[in-house]
Amino acid sequence: MQNVAADLAQMLGAERVLWEQEHLVTYGFDGTAALYGEAGCIALPKTTEEVSQIVRYAAKHRIPVVTRGSGTGLSGGSVPVPGCIVLCLVQMDRVLELDPKNLTIHVQSGVVTQKVAELADAAGLLYPPDPGSMRISTIGGNVAENSGGLRGLKYGVTRDYVMGLEVVLADSETVVFGNKCVKDVQGYSMKDIFIGSEGTLGIITKVLLQLVPKPAAKKTLLATFSEMDAAAETVSAIIAAKIIPCTLEFLDKITIRCVEEYAHVGLPLDAEAVLLMETDGHPAVVQEEAQQMAEIARRHGASTVQVAQTSEEATRLSTARRVAFSALARVSPTTILEDATVPRSELANMIRFIQQVAARYEVAVGTFGHMGDGNLHPTFLTDEKNAAEMARVEKAMTEIFEYAVKLGGTITGEHGVGLAKKAFLPKAIGDASLGLMRRLKRTLDPDDLLNPGKIFD
Amino acid sequence: MPTPEELHEAAVRIGRSNPQGRGGASKYLKRLDYSVLQQCIHCGMCLPTCPTYDETKLERNSPRGRIALMRRVADGQLEVTQAFGRELYFCLGCLTCETVCPAGVRYGEMFEHARADIEQAGVMRNPQRDLVRELTLRWLFTRPQALRAVGRLLRLYQASGLESLVRRLKLTALLPSRLRALESLTPRVKRQFSDALIRPVETPADQKHRVGLLTGCVQDLVFSHVNRDTADALLANGCEVVTPRAQSCCGSIHAHNGELELARQMARRTLDAFDLDRLDAIITNAAGCGTHLKNYGHLLHDDPVYAKRAAQWSAKLRDIHEWLAEIGIRAPAASTPQTVTYHDACHLCHGQKITRQPRQVLAAIPGLKLVELPESTWCCGSAGIYNITQPEMSQKLLGRKISNIEKTGTAVVASANPGCSSQLQAGLGQASKAWRIVHPISLLAEAYREGLK
Repeated sequence: MQNVAADLAQMLGAERVLWEQEHLVTYGFDGTAALYGEAGCIALPKTTEEVSQIVRYAAKHRIPVVTRGSGTGLSGGSVPVPGCIVLCLVQMDRVLELDPKNLTIHVQSGVVTQKVAELADAAGLLYPPDPGSMRISTIGGNVAENSGGLRGLKYGVTRDYVMGLEVVLADSETVVFGNKCVKDVQGYSMKDIFIGSEGTLGIITKVLLQLVPKPAAKKTLLATFSEMDAAAETVSAIIAAKIIPCTLEFLDKITIRCVEEYAHVGLPLDAEAVLLMETDGHPAVVQEEAQQMAEIARRHGASTVQVAQTSEEATRLSTARRVAFSALARVSPTTILEDATVPRSELANMIRFIQQVAARYEVAVGTFGHMGDGNLHPTFLTDEKNAAEMARVEKAMTEIFEYAVKLGGTITGEHGVGLAKKAFLPKAIGDASLGLMRRLKRTLDPDDLLNPGKIFD
Repeated sequence: MPTPEELHEAAVRIGRSNPQGRGGASKYLKRLDYSVLQQCIHCGMCLPTCPTYDETKLERNSPRGRIALMRRVADGQLEVTQAFGRELYFCLGCLTCETVCPAGVRYGEMFEHARADIEQAGVMRNPQRDLVRELTLRWLFTRPQALRAVGRLLRLYQASGLESLVRRLKLTALLPSRLRALESLTPRVKRQFSDALIRPVETPADQKHRVGLLTGCVQDLVFSHVNRDTADALLANGCEVVTPRAQSCCGSIHAHNGELELARQMARRTLDAFDLDRLDAIITNAAGCGTHLKNYGHLLHDDPVYAKRAAQWSAKLRDIHEWLAEIGIRAPAASTPQTVTYHDACHLCHGQKITRQPRQVLAAIPGLKLVELPESTWCCGSAGIYNITQPEMSQKLLGRKISNIEKTGTAVVASANPGCSSQLQAGLGQASKAWRIVHPISLLAEAYREGLK
C-alpha cells in the first residue's frame, strides 16, 4: 500500500496522503458503535480535479474508494473497506457563493453544516436541515446520507434543499446536475439519485443549496404527560388543528430520568412522556398557534404545560431535549442510536412496542425523537464487551425494525443503511426494489469501486 | 556547551537507563479502568472545539483520534510508538473536549496515563530531553528549597542588570534556538516570595471560616503578589487564612508530563502540609494546579494510607473564585472605574467547569465594566510547558488570542492561571501592547484596599 500512498503523494503532495498505522487507526470508524475497518491510505484532496485524478488512479488499479467527511455517520457508511483509499473531503471546505437574490449557497462538499447555517443566518436567511452532528458534519455527508434533523415536519430534510450537485463518477468523469432555477425538468432528476446514495454511486464534490427567509418569531412550549397516549393524541390534535410546528420533540420515561439525573432541569420523574413544541413564523401567527397548542395539550391530559415568555426561558425549556442524547450516552459504555420511523399515526403503538421489547430482552432502551415526523431514536444502552447482552440487543433491534416496517414505516429515517442496517434492507424494501438499486449501482459503478459492500452486497 | 553525547552520559549517570527501544507495551493505559477507555462513542462532537484539529483537520490530531489510539495501545493492538508519543505531546491537554463530550469521557485521565506509557517506553527520549526532564521534573520541582534558591539566583540575574546587559550584547544569540526562545519567555521573578508576604496564620476581625491557602511553586516565585492578594480577599470575606511554609509543587506538572508516580509522591507531601480537619476549605488560585489538586482523591484512591485523606481533600478543595461565590462576595466600598476583559483559563473552565464565578468576582467590583472576550475559552497556547515543547502551535494560538483581545478594545486582561498570564504577557510583548495582565483576585483585592483609603 505504500506504493499507492507514494503514487497519490505525487498528485497531492506528501502531507495530504496518510498511511502510517497511527493515522489509519483514526480513520477506521465513524459515529457508529462497534464497526471498524482499516484503509490502505487516506487521501485529502482540495479540489474536484484532485478527486477525479484519485478516482482515475483507483479505477485503473481496481482499488476501492470510500468517501467520508467528518465521520459522524450512524450506520457505518464511511467505515473503510480493508485496503481501500479513504477519500476524506474535509479540506474541500471553500464556500463558493452566497446568492441572496436567488436564495442559494454554493459550497464545496467538505464545508461544515454549521458554517452554512451561520452564513445563511448572517444574511437573514435560514438553512433548515439541522442534524444532531451539524457542528462538525459536512454538507457532502449530509447529502450522501440525506440527513434529517429536528425540523423535518415543517421544513423537510436535506433533499428538499439540494438544488444542484457536482459529482465525480466511478470512471472519474465530473458531472453537474441542477441549477438555481426552482423549476427545472431537463430530463431525469439525476441529482436525486445521488442524494442518499451513501457514496456508492459517485463522489459529491460541490453542492448548491436552497435557503429560505428566516422566520421573524419563535415560541417554545414544554408539556409533560403521565400517559404516552395523551402525548401522541396531543400531537395528532395539533396537526388536525392545521398547525405545523417547526419542532415537536418527544422524550420517554427512561430518557426523562436520565436527563433529570444528568442536567436537573426539573422534569417530573413520574412522567411517561415530555413534548417540546416550537412554532415559528410571523409573530402574530406564532402567538396564536402557541396558545392553541398549549390549550390542545391541556385538553388532552397534559399534567403541566409551560410556555416560554423570553428567549432565556425558551433555552431552558429546550434543555431537556438538547441534552437527551448526552444524558443517555453517559449511562453505559456503548450507546447504539437507532432511527426506526413510522407514520405519525402509529407513534404511540411503536413507542409502546419498543418498551415491551426492551423489557422482554432485558435491555435498557431510552427513546426520544421527532414526534412530528414519526422519526424515533430508540437508544440502546449497552456494553459491546458483553457478548450475551449484545446478542439480545441485536434481537430486540430486529423486532423493532420488523414492527416499524409492519406499521408502514422504515428501518432508517435519517441515518442511512450503510453496514449497520444492510441485513434488514431486503426484507424492508423487497426484492424488486433491491434489484433495481443493484442494477443502478452496476450501471454507474460496474467495477464496484465506490464504497463497495455498503447498503447491499 | 556540552555535546549531546556528554548530556546523554550525564542523563544515564543521574540514574535512568536509555533503552533506545523503538516501541513498547502499555503499562499505565492497560491498568486504567476499561470503562474509561470505552466511553467514547466517536460521535465527533469534540472535533470542532479541539485547537489542534482546528489547525490541521487531521483526525489523528483530534481527541476522538487520540482516544482511538490510546484504546488500541491499552488493548495491546498498537505499540507505544514514537508517533504515538509525538501525538500525545502535540495535544495541549486543554480539556475542551471534556466540556463538549456528550458521553462524559474522562480524556484528561487517559491522556495522563498515555504520557506515562510514553515515558515508560522511552520512545521520545533523547539526551537533551532526558537532561531537561531530569533537572526540572525530577529535581527542581520536587525540592521546594532548591526551586526557591534557583528563583533567587534568577532574580539576582534579572534585577542586577546582568540580564539586560546579556540581552544588549546579544549574548543570547549563543544559545541554541530552543533555549533562545525560552529565554525570552523567562518570567520576572518577584523580590519576595509568599512566605515573606503572608504570615502562617492571619485572622480577620469578623472570622466566619478557616481556610488553607496553597501558594504554588511558579505562582510563588513569579506571582507571589497574587497569593498576597488572595489572602487579602479571603480576609476581607471573613476567612482566617492558614498558609503552610515552603510548600511543594502540587505535582500537576508531573502528572501532565508522564510522571504519575512522582505526582503521587508530591500529592502525599502536599496532603501532609495541611491539617484538613481544622479547615473548612483549601484554596488555590492557579487554575492548572486546581484541576489536579481536586483530583487527589482519584490519584490516591488505592493508596492504603492516604486514600481517605485524599478524598477528604478533594471534597474541600476550592478555586478561590468558586469559594468566594459560595460564601458570598462582600462588595468593595470604593469604585474603581476600569474596563476589563476575561480570559477563561482552560483548567478553570474546562478542567473545573468554573466560568460564572470569576465573572461574579469581577462584577462585584464597583465601577468595573466587563467586556466579554470572543472565544474566551479557546486555549492561549501556554498549556503548562507546551509553549516550550511545541512553540509553533503555541504561537498560532497566542496570535489568535491576542487578536481576540484586540477586538475587545480593553487594556486590562484578567486571567486566573500563572501559565496563561506569562504566555499573554509574552504575546503582548511581541505585539508591543501595553496591556495589563492581572488575576481577577488582584483586581478585587485592589478594590478592597482602595476602599480602606
